Amino acid sequence: MKSNRVLLQGSEACVRAAIAAGCRFYAGYPITPATEIMELMSRAMPKAGGVFIQMEDEIASLGAAVGASLGGVKAMTATSGPGFSLMQEHISFAAMAEVPCVIVNVMRGGLSTGLPTRPAQGDVMQARWGAHGDHPILVVAPSSTYEFFDLTVKAFNLAERYRSPVIVLADEVVAHTRESVVLPSAHEVEVEDRVRPSVPPEWYSPYRDPGTGIPPMAAFGEGYRFHVTGLMHDINGYPTERQDETEELMARLFNKISKDFHLLQWYDSYFEEGAEVTVIAYGSVARSALRAVRTAREKGMPVGLLKLKMLWPFMRRTVSQYLQSSRSVIVAEMNMGQLSREVKRVNQGTCPIHTLNRVDGRMITPEQILTAIEEELR
Amino acid sequence: MTGQEHLIHRYLRSSKRFPHVWCPGCGIGILLGALVRAIDGNGYGKDDIVLISGIGCSGRLPVYLDFNTLHTTHGRALTFATGIKLAKPKLKVIAIMGDGDASSIGGNHLIHSARRNIDITAIIINNQIYGMTGGQSSPTTPFGLHTASSPFGHLEHPFDIAKLVEAAGAPFVARSTVYHARILERLIGTAIAKSGFSVIEVMSPCVTHFGKWSGIGSAVQMMQWQKDNTVSIEKARNMTPTELQGKVVTGVLIDAHKPTFHEEHARISREMKD
Repeated sequence: MKSNRVLLQGSEACVRAAIAAGCRFYAGYPITPATEIMELMSRAMPKAGGVFIQMEDEIASLGAAVGASLGGVKAMTATSGPGFSLMQEHISFAAMAEVPCVIVNVMRGGLSTGLPTRPAQGDVMQARWGAHGDHPILVVAPSSTYEFFDLTVKAFNLAERYRSPVIVLADEVVAHTRESVVLPSAHEVEVEDRVRPSVPPEWYSPYRDPGTGIPPMAAFGEGYRFHVTGLMHDINGYPTERQDETEELMARLFNKISKDFHLLQWYDSYFEEGAEVTVIAYGSVARSALRAVRTAREKGMPVGLLKLKMLWPFMRRTVSQYLQSSRSVIVAEMNMGQLSREVKRVNQGTCPIHTLNRVDGRMITPEQILTAIEEELR
Repeated sequence: MTGQEHLIHRYLRSSKRFPHVWCPGCGIGILLGALVRAIDGNGYGKDDIVLISGIGCSGRLPVYLDFNTLHTTHGRALTFATGIKLAKPKLKVIAIMGDGDASSIGGNHLIHSARRNIDITAIIINNQIYGMTGGQSSPTTPFGLHTASSPFGHLEHPFDIAKLVEAAGAPFVARSTVYHARILERLIGTAIAKSGFSVIEVMSPCVTHFGKWSGIGSAVQMMQWQKDNTVSIEKARNMTPTELQGKVVTGVLIDAHKPTFHEEHARISREMKD
């Protein structure tokens, strides 16, 4: 009998997930530590009947992915910090024109060229606010090879469901760690596809709210001739400067995701029973945190772990619960304090929040987190 | 009403609010007419055409026409066009760009699309200035010209867009002007039918800005300038460099063949299946 247990790198799991989710277009540009995803895609795409193309830069990569998606094909790109900065222009376009696409950002150390081969989590805020203009965004953060698979599939599903760019915010450790995992077989993977128009072309308005906030999406070249623009547009996609139409579009863009906030609370909680101290972590740091919390529990310390798998929209209602039930909270992340700002915003001063930050290109170790826990409980 | 006007009406979007955004005397409308006649003349269906633009006055062209239309970001039309072409290879993909759009902010995408030989027709409307933002110098603005952003004369030297894409590997390169509307129409028809990355540079008057800064003047004078200062490639072959000084050479400049990206990619996919 064929086992689904495999020894895989996070990057490999990401590529397998994309194919399982129906991705048939990849455009990218080489960058450490995301290059593996591109190299694997260069073989996987033609094999799966899809298209692989290495573009001239990251701006072009996301442009091509958005173009392919308008052609009706699920598309993705992958990059790291510097390339992610170049992609912001088209993240804004994809959000405005409501074109599903998946962007993987394997975060590396430092600002600018920084520490290309080292892990960090410095792009949490860039993922949320890097693109110009008010826009909604969906960002998931895997902490293991299995989660890289799972959340990549889900990222495609979210992109299709909400007609939105979705960012998979991984880090160097998650992308490069090779571990034994059991992946679901192809038929076990739940795949969502964008809603296509059910009306004849002459009745189709590409941006008319059908009531769900998410207009059905036709593909180019299939009889529905419509206009797509990054300009503010009316329900037909035509440019507008009218206040009422602008207001309506902006409200719909935000509401289509905010109406589902309760469905977008993606997290894992460990040892939450009786936890006086809660560690909040995401990405590879969550693994160090779990090790630390396990050790602490073995020593009889009342501590739990909240691992966030969805970073944006920020899981206000979930995090609030933990802030209310804990005596104090430790937010551990490989940056100078990015997600901790959100935790503090939600907290509004009711629970002491301690930050554990590391930006020297090395992982936050279980020992570091354990020390922080011990200090909290002293 | 002439038959030609009827043809345009068949392709204009009846649901789109008019008037259009272009100034009186602008050449983009003439290009739009030539494009529609070329598409109609080639017998393509409306569903088979994808019209993609970047940002600027040229960027506003697709919305008026009843095709699959996409108005993208500044300079990036070719990147979206690449994705659409590869997702749906049967579609005829046409990118409409301006000179700043295609050769300044989009210069990298232009040369790589040419090198890669993606099957797209790139129509570059060259009015030698940034029109929509108010008459700043572009990569094709003549040396020394005073513009809104070169008040003491342009310190830089212009690109020859046709030579640029030729050097980058485009298998089909042509140039014309909106004055030569009928020739332009034929060139566009040929370019769209051609497999591979085809480029047509269309010299077009920006009366509002280039006309003012260059001193050429009115719409009529700018048209006259186009007529007087162009030489066909056939004639140019027998002219000396001195005679060609300041002249714009028009016609089919390059017509070659090389394998297109999507055909080569399809071959790889087939071989992997076998």
